[in-house]
Amino acid sequence: MSAMLKVQVWRGGADGAFEAFEVPRRESQTVLDVVTHIQRALDPTLAYRYACRVGMCGSCAMTVNGAARWTCRTHVDKVAKDGRLSIAPLRNLPVIRDLVADLREFFDKWARAGGQFRGARTKADDFARVSPQSDARQLADAGIECIGCAVCYASCDVVARLPAYLGPAALNRAWTLVSDERDAGGAERLRAVAGDAGALSCHTHMSCTERCPKNLSPTAGIAGLKRAVARAALAGEL
Amino acid sequence: MSARGETLLWIAQRASAAVLALCVTVHLVTIVYATQGGLSGAEILGRTRGNVAWGAFYVVFVLAAAVHAPIGLRAVLAEWFGWRGRARAFLLIAFAVLLAGLGLRAVAAVFA
Repeated sequence: MSAMLKVQVWRGGADGAFEAFEVPRRESQTVLDVVTHIQRALDPTLAYRYACRVGMCGSCAMTVNGAARWTCRTHVDKVAKDGRLSIAPLRNLPVIRDLVADLREFFDKWARAGGQFRGARTKADDFARVSPQSDARQLADAGIECIGCAVCYASCDVVARLPAYLGPAALNRAWTLVSDERDAGGAERLRAVAGDAGALSCHTHMSCTERCPKNLSPTAGIAGLKRAVARAALAGEL
Repeated sequence: MSARGETLLWIAQRASAAVLALCVTVHLVTIVYATQGGLSGAEILGRTRGNVAWGAFYVVFVLAAAVHAPIGLRAVLAEWFGWRGRARAFLLIAFAVLLAGLGLRAVAAVFA
């Protein structure tokens, strides 16, 4: 292990450039540790975003050596074998400054994909009893642990080509609700994910599934949406 | 286009892809098998002319291609050039008619 890491860090907005830093190498160092060292010891004007540092909040994702990753759980050992790191903001999103991407469009798409739970019960009703073993619940459970880090969105080639495309995370969210037997969103949600910005535009490149730090498979959820949407269209319910 | 319209086009493309997968396989295997011993053009025409089964097979093949390719091109035009709307629809319908016309003409040439 060499004593110093050579780090290229994106500075400025979309028309910015990389700036070089040297950071002391440490045991069990994460990429977020490297960024934090730069901000605290080398250049306090560096803008970046993080909160929990333990892989729960989804706020520290960046492009590390070309691939989107959650930086708090990415060890330098794993991504910088030659002692070099390049750290940039997430792709497919506007850059606010330095390593901070603007996530508004990403989360607006969750709403556009019908990402809100629509209940059919009132507080006067009893609890819904859902068997954890039921097929539908297991499908929903498979996608429910998304932390909204936008790694999938930044890795998706369809988002890069079709800016209106809802993207893997929003569609994964819609799929967990379509699979939720308590949800009453029905055909309205399927219409929201069936247009030319929706699930049918997925090319099944599977970059989202490859990069998801939670090991979810948005691709599988999108395939489920394609089936649900196709069935609804053939039944005249769309 | 409506969500239902988009979805029906998607279904048409997937269904025609399934047909094409079978047709292309039969087509290639037949070519390789039939030309093993060295067939002349006249011998091939001798076998295809008036053969209703081969005629029907290639009509299905051509129609599946005429459905499949324009829908795929539709997505390419949207993703690469941002091109949507009525002009794109007319171009794609013309392309489908062209594919079907040229293909059916070729089928007629070896069948009739």
